[in-house]
Amino acid sequence: MKLLKGLALTAVLLALCGTANADKKLLIDGSSTMLPIAQALAEKYMDKTPGITISVKGGGSGIGVASLQDSTCDIADSSRPIKGSEIAIALTKGVDPKATVVALDGIAIIVNKANGITNLTKKQVRGIFNGSISNWSQVGGTPGKILAISRDTSSGTYEAFIALALEGDKIRPDAMLQAASQAVATTVANTPGAIGYVGIGYISDTTKVLTVNGAECKKENVLNNSYPYSRPLFMYTNGKPQGDAKVFIDYVLSAEGQAVVEEQGFVALKKKQ
Amino acid sequence: MKISEKIYKNVFMVVAFSSLIFLTGIVLVLFIEGLPAFSVTGILSFIFGKSWYPTSTPPEFGIMPLISASFVVSVGAMLFAIPVGIGSALYIHEIAGEKQKMFLKPIIELLGAIPSIIFGFFGMVIVAPLVQKVFNLSTGQCAFTGALILGVMAIPVVCSIAEDALSVVPKSFREASFALGANRWQTLLKVIIPAAGSGISTAIVLGISRVMGETMTVLLVTGGAAQIPNSIFSPVRPMTSTIAAEMGEAAVGGVHFHALFAIGLVLFMITLVLNMIAEYIGRKYRVKLGLDV
Repeated sequence: MKLLKGLALTAVLLALCGTANADKKLLIDGSSTMLPIAQALAEKYMDKTPGITISVKGGGSGIGVASLQDSTCDIADSSRPIKGSEIAIALTKGVDPKATVVALDGIAIIVNKANGITNLTKKQVRGIFNGSISNWSQVGGTPGKILAISRDTSSGTYEAFIALALEGDKIRPDAMLQAASQAVATTVANTPGAIGYVGIGYISDTTKVLTVNGAECKKENVLNNSYPYSRPLFMYTNGKPQGDAKVFIDYVLSAEGQAVVEEQGFVALKKKQ
Repeated sequence: MKISEKIYKNVFMVVAFSSLIFLTGIVLVLFIEGLPAFSVTGILSFIFGKSWYPTSTPPEFGIMPLISASFVVSVGAMLFAIPVGIGSALYIHEIAGEKQKMFLKPIIELLGAIPSIIFGFFGMVIVAPLVQKVFNLSTGQCAFTGALILGVMAIPVVCSIAEDALSVVPKSFREASFALGANRWQTLLKVIIPAAGSGISTAIVLGISRVMGETMTVLLVTGGAAQIPNSIFSPVRPMTSTIAAEMGEAAVGGVHFHALFAIGLVLFMITLVLNMIAEYIGRKYRVKLGLDV
């Protein structure tokens, strides 16, 4: 009888624990660029912390911000700073978006190894990708047609590159759009006249990385902002992070979280002073 | 009627009509998800618009570059597949001996059984670099390479349907021609081919619709540039590969998402018309030969 009572009590307690834990849910929505980081971090965090479910979606930075405005997510990933108009809409709905920078990203300009060019100015990169420069001789190289290789127009890297390098111009219509960053790197590696761009994580020795305005695309230069195509990656919350969101973001900023950021090919933040 | 017979009849009727259910479902979804795109861009500016920038601000949804890409690649493929496909059908049917026939037919059918991703991979790794070298181009990933590979893929379709058409020509036609003193070549050219003409046309039309709908191969070998091609060697982005490449990253329910369904709708309409043409020609041909309609 005693045993039975004990068992029943344990069962009730377990059930209570179960419901209490199942209630812990964290919804993350937003940037597709940050999706690999957010997913890897969520998985590691869920392994460490039983009883919490983190669901990660990646529809794009704009969608993340929209769902933060509607309070349908707890954390909005964004690969760009939130716009003034978006803050205004959020405030009318009683949401006050606050940013936490969780990682940095650099976009490398890569060319074929046979290409003699080692440096381009920001202006030249813009000209090459908006279509006003079409021959390598126009930027001081050996004459030959420039072949621009780009990511698909829906990718986060594409959006970031367009925002950072094209300053409002549209990409040239004859740019060859590839479905993956690895495909961009492979095509550039196989095509003598090609130029493309990839996230810092996709740099390899099969292609040549150009310096832009003399700055090399490497982690230090991304960190001190001397490389022009670098950007912070944000997590937005309603007000300063609190509760589960705060615990998760603290984990992201911890040494362990930042190691995951590096693993995914992005640049970890400087250690806290 | 016995009960068991009734059951068999009904089971098979359900099976036969299931295709209709699937088709209706797919068409309905295409319309429901595709039509909202036209309320944003307008159907004419969607179809005849010259720039496809689905994620710019403001976005532009003009699919003329995609339609023209599909068109150029398909026409190029057929220029290759028609002579080779029909030539092989004629050879197999008229000239080849039994032994050659037993060998050739399965080989050509086997070509049709190779998955398209393998053709695409082969095209990207082997054919595109070769095309680049031979024609001295800046890239081998272009409409021409796509047309070449799709042409090879369409050969089995064209060949086997054309061969069927040739074999349905009644023996009496040939015998009559020989009796009038025509030789084998004259009989083939003046009697057999005209008699099988509509069947051969069906083969061609079905070949085109096979090529139009091909996705994986063109995604890998045509270069993916959304421009109206100014030569057969331009990198292009056909409709199918646009859908395949962008659907994964388009926000569900957004304009871009609906626009991709609308491309699917346009593609479906094109293949529907092609299949109707094939059906029409095929019917005319059966009537001409005095066969049952």
